[in-house]
Amino acid sequence: MRNEHPDRWASRWPYLALAGVGLAAIPLAAAARRRRREVDPDSAPGYTARRDFGDYRVVGRSVTIARPRAELFAFWRDFQNLPRFMVNLEKIEPSGEEPGHNTWHIRAPGGRVFAVDTRIAREVDGELIAWRSTEDSEIDTEGRVTFEDAPGERGTRVSLIIAYKPKGGAIGEAIATLAQRSPELQARHDLKRFKMLMETGEIATSARTRSERQHQLEEAR
Amino acid sequence: MRALTWQGTKKVSVETVADPEIVNPRDAIIRVTSTAICGSDLHLYDGVIPSMQPGDILGHEFMGEVVETGSDSSLEKGQRVVVPFTISCGGCFHCRITQYSACENSNPPEKQDMSEKLYGHPMAGIFGYSHMTGGYAGGQAEYVRVPFSDVGPIVVPDHLDDEKVLFLSDILPTGWMAAENADIGPDDTVAVWGCGPVGLFAVQSALLMGAAKVIAIDHYPHRLELARQLGAETINFRTSDVREALMEMSGGIGVDAVIDAVGMEAHGFAVDNMLDIAKQTVGIGADRASALKQAILAVRPGGRVSVPGVYGGMTDKFPLGALMEKGLQLRTGQTHVQRYMKDLLGRIEEGEIDTTFLISHRLPLEQAAEGYRQFRDAQDSWTKVVLKPGG
Repeated sequence: MRNEHPDRWASRWPYLALAGVGLAAIPLAAAARRRRREVDPDSAPGYTARRDFGDYRVVGRSVTIARPRAELFAFWRDFQNLPRFMVNLEKIEPSGEEPGHNTWHIRAPGGRVFAVDTRIAREVDGELIAWRSTEDSEIDTEGRVTFEDAPGERGTRVSLIIAYKPKGGAIGEAIATLAQRSPELQARHDLKRFKMLMETGEIATSARTRSERQHQLEEAR
Repeated sequence: MRALTWQGTKKVSVETVADPEIVNPRDAIIRVTSTAICGSDLHLYDGVIPSMQPGDILGHEFMGEVVETGSDSSLEKGQRVVVPFTISCGGCFHCRITQYSACENSNPPEKQDMSEKLYGHPMAGIFGYSHMTGGYAGGQAEYVRVPFSDVGPIVVPDHLDDEKVLFLSDILPTGWMAAENADIGPDDTVAVWGCGPVGLFAVQSALLMGAAKVIAIDHYPHRLELARQLGAETINFRTSDVREALMEMSGGIGVDAVIDAVGMEAHGFAVDNMLDIAKQTVGIGADRASALKQAILAVRPGGRVSVPGVYGGMTDKFPLGALMEKGLQLRTGQTHVQRYMKDLLGRIEEGEIDTTFLISHRLPLEQAAEGYRQFRDAQDSWTKVVLKPGG
């Protein structure tokens, strides 16, 4: 049985950030910065700091993928590919006339689908895609994915950073984490799926039958 | 199909379950012709490995015939293959440096969280070995779905019987890697704790690698006899003081390398072991590490400690001081099976290695539960059980 607790689905809203929703000024720059002025400077990424970002939560995670940077960037930048590894994203389509504006259809428990308009805040070919939630968006979030060459033959380091304002406050977030629905877990799992798809051409599953696989996918949503 | 399922602590049964299907493009379906019960299956049987679920299909030592292939499998229907117990993608950082058992892509993302919390990094996928390692159905069944079938399974020639090659799936490469991790030189004396299948194969491997002397330690007379037949000297820990005997047998230097082929359910009378048994019983999750502790005290300064034995959690009273002050090297890990299979298959074909001496019992799959019970409770005579599905 699915838990229909409102805090649980509400807390998934921030995860829309992963899908590229966005707008509003959040301390993402601070989170991404490697040196921080307010403490002894070190080399650790800002999002690993033992500090808070006010009302915002910051999630950051990196994976190294043994594929060329240009290939990974191109795959991610073709947003039609994102639902292949982001399990909560049903589809994404261009919205309006302006380039870089998209509508994201995000699955929520209970069969609901939310449509969210997004725009790309910054893009550097082969290196970075940043997004922002729009002013009339219900969620206040921004995020970025960066692609850097890894040392030697190790491929590409892909880093995802998301800042968001938790819905339902701390309690909602705690419940979401317990239910494996926190943005952090979702982002981590989605990045792992991206790595699997790029390195192996498929996403690992222990399902023994195709119907069991389908069932597992629905459970993950 | 019929399959051996875990139902709870010390409770396994053969049930009828749905046949496996091709789910991902690189999959193959294998009709299992031979499968063995592994000593590490007994850790599952005894309920000391977390994240098991009733109905889980066990078995990670198996071989058989390819009956179905996915669009990206490199196998062909009708081929006979032995399947490594570790599932490896072949394309990630760890697979590319042949550390296959650390594959980053074989454990499904939603199954990785537990081991990532417990160990700092997620484990790779393993057949039939709890949900922490992916929840993959194992090979003690009539059929099994094999992911990444283009990387793991090795095709074996028809003239080699199942029993000659089956142990390439786990215990032979595991014994071999244990000896390799002991970094054996020609004048070395090597001590091996545990004369189960992995311990015996470690003895065999250490001798092949040129050790001057191999000393095997156990308390089951028949298993010690098997070690002697392979060319080892032996110590029965119930009748001799192991550390003193090892010092004497190595001319007062201490043994150059030690191999712990026992793992987390060590037998023995030491006080800390009894305490750990109590903790395991009440579910505190302590590993009984008495063999490893003894090995660390017995090895000479500057010596090597190799640990193929399975551990899952924490242990108390670990002789960390001895490890540091004696300047020991410690090497361990799940076996990188794919790294060793081809070489070991060659040695089997040439007659350099024969593993069939180990098999004490052959049972139809339907009698698997009896096999588990006897393998656990009558260890002296039940050295290795091979199950025959459909038999």
